[in-house]
Amino acid sequence: MLRMEGVSKNYNHRSAAVTALSDANVAVDRGDYVSVVGPSGCGKSTLLLMLGGMLSPTRGRVLFDDESLYDLSPDQRAAIRKKHIGFVFQTFNLVPYLTAMENVQIPLLLAGVDEQTQTQRAEELLARVGLGDRLDHKPSELSVGQQQRVALARVLANDPAIILADEPTGNLDPDTGTQVLSFLDELNAEGRTVVMVTHDPQAAARAKRTLHLVDGAIVSGE
Amino acid sequence: MKLKTLVWREIFERRNQLATSFLAIFLGITAIVAIKNITFYSEKAVARELDALGANILVLPKAASVQDYYSADMQTDELPEEYVTRLSMSDIEGLDNLSPKLSTRVETEGRSLTLTGILPKSEFQSKSAWAGAGIFTRPAEGCGEVADVPGVFKPTVKETLVRKRVIEDLAPDEALIGADVAALRGLKEGDSLALLGHTFKVTAVLPQTGTVDDSRVFAHLHTVQSLLDKGSVINAIEVVGCCQEISAGLVEKINKLLPDAKVVTVTQVVDTQVRTNGMMARLSTIFLAIIALVGGASIANYMYANVFERRREIGTLMALGAGSTMILKMFLLKGLLLGLAGGVGGYVLGTLLAVTFGPRLAGITVMPMPILIVWAIGISVGIALLASCLPARNAARLDPCATFQEI
Ligand SMILES: Nc1ncnc2c1ncn2[C@@H]1O[C@H](COP(=O)(O)OP(=O)(O)O)[C@@H](O)[C@H]1O
Ligand SMILES: [Mg+2]
Repeated sequence: MLRMEGVSKNYNHRSAAVTALSDANVAVDRGDYVSVVGPSGCGKSTLLLMLGGMLSPTRGRVLFDDESLYDLSPDQRAAIRKKHIGFVFQTFNLVPYLTAMENVQIPLLLAGVDEQTQTQRAEELLARVGLGDRLDHKPSELSVGQQQRVALARVLANDPAIILADEPTGNLDPDTGTQVLSFLDELNAEGRTVVMVTHDPQAAARAKRTLHLVDGAIVSGE
Repeated sequence: MKLKTLVWREIFERRNQLATSFLAIFLGITAIVAIKNITFYSEKAVARELDALGANILVLPKAASVQDYYSADMQTDELPEEYVTRLSMSDIEGLDNLSPKLSTRVETEGRSLTLTGILPKSEFQSKSAWAGAGIFTRPAEGCGEVADVPGVFKPTVKETLVRKRVIEDLAPDEALIGADVAALRGLKEGDSLALLGHTFKVTAVLPQTGTVDDSRVFAHLHTVQSLLDKGSVINAIEVVGCCQEISAGLVEKINKLLPDAKVVTVTQVVDTQVRTNGMMARLSTIFLAIIALVGGASIANYMYANVFERRREIGTLMALGAGSTMILKMFLLKGLLLGLAGGVGGYVLGTLLAVTFGPRLAGITVMPMPILIVWAIGISVGIALLASCLPARNAARLDPCATFQEI
């Protein structure tokens, strides 16, 4: 479903090229649950962003259902993300001036869903992550754990087939972290493909397989 | 949730940052609307003075300064009444009507009004008839005379006084009162009015004119002269001159006949007002340029800062699948709302200022002009959208992942 073919990524940092990823080959099948581990700065986030069509590679191709993502226009990639891909961020990235409800409604708004369905679906999703009583709270009025759960509800709004999570538990205490992880397990059990970046070995162990990254190279798990 | 909701929420969440650029456009539109509104009514007033009213030449004392036609007789300097006779018996051609006036301020019941003495036409006619010459022996339809509005109504006393500033008959104890005087004192036709120890009978209440005439009481010239103990003097003579004759040197002829008086045409009198209006028109053009620049720059500056501040949010929206059109719309909609608010607010405040201060600044009645809201919104939205274009395009072209990696 997702494939990287000989992908490299160089960043230009103050005119010096930094290689974040070199010649990566990854294949993620439908329903797979992959964890990506490695030391900080080894290129995990870079890999995840490229899988999600957010960052163009310097070399190589990224394929989504056999379509080369970076041969499409940015707006076509955005349309694919909207329909099929959900991102979960370490810092949640909730929109600060919108309530929990409204944050969950964003993907539905982007998909052109009518307002009544938006409200209904957002309520269901927030209830599912255990925030049925926090609908009108803004992110600043929620605990970090609750914020990450709002982010999870938002990811699910458009029912994506692929979930890409970048250190989803990085900012959470162990208990809340575990909650989020079991939620990801649940989503995978429903048949969704999950790719999760983490540096927590216990978290990584929940996945079906693990990719190890060192200095921009995949050393095992390919 | 609609995109509008999202934009609206953001505006309210960070309304303080928006305040400066909103104020710039709002105050700019306010100024334009106020100037346009006052100028329109001022131009209308000038046109009304020029067209609707009879006299086109004023004979005044040498030292008199004229601000406007209606208050030309409100001064302390005087002319001998004999000038009227000299004029009416002269062989100067093109004089259609003469109206001598003597005015004084009268304070009664804590309010001030103007008592103006006028000479009814019947009295010149007897004099000129006796002299066997003069202006009123000519056919009635003088070339400079203002034509009556065609219609079934015969002009009444009130209309001839208000429109032509001439009256046929007036008894020594009769008075005609302006609309404001009548309203303030609750007077109507047939009531009596005591002024300077004399009791006048109100024979007519004049229709509202929107000029200083509304707070005048007109009475017989000789009654006013004796009440003031001044002898046979007047402050001004209003003359209806024939237009062709005016261009053929009528003013010079009158000047020659009355060397100690100052003779001016009404066009000269309203000239200052015409020039003020011209200046106002230029001022509003300058204002337009200024708000386009200041308002536009301020909005553009704010929008750039707003896009920079929200780059993470924009990145998030893009990660969730928002395309560039969506982001573009989000910022343009914000510009549109800003422009709309500035336009509507500016129209309301500008109109309020014009209606409140127009009478004080320009001495005219100013009414709200609904058409200006179209202009206000058009200009305001135009400027706001133009200023938001580039920042919005920047936002739409943001690299979504660059916005995450800065943390
Ligand atoms: N926008 C960028 N510009 C320059 N260098 C970058 C940028 N983003 C990441 N890098 C560099 O690329 C490497 C990999 O970064 P990243 O993928 O974020 O690592 P990880 O998520 O594993 O910590 C790091 O050395 C980082 O400094
Ligand atoms: Mg990272």
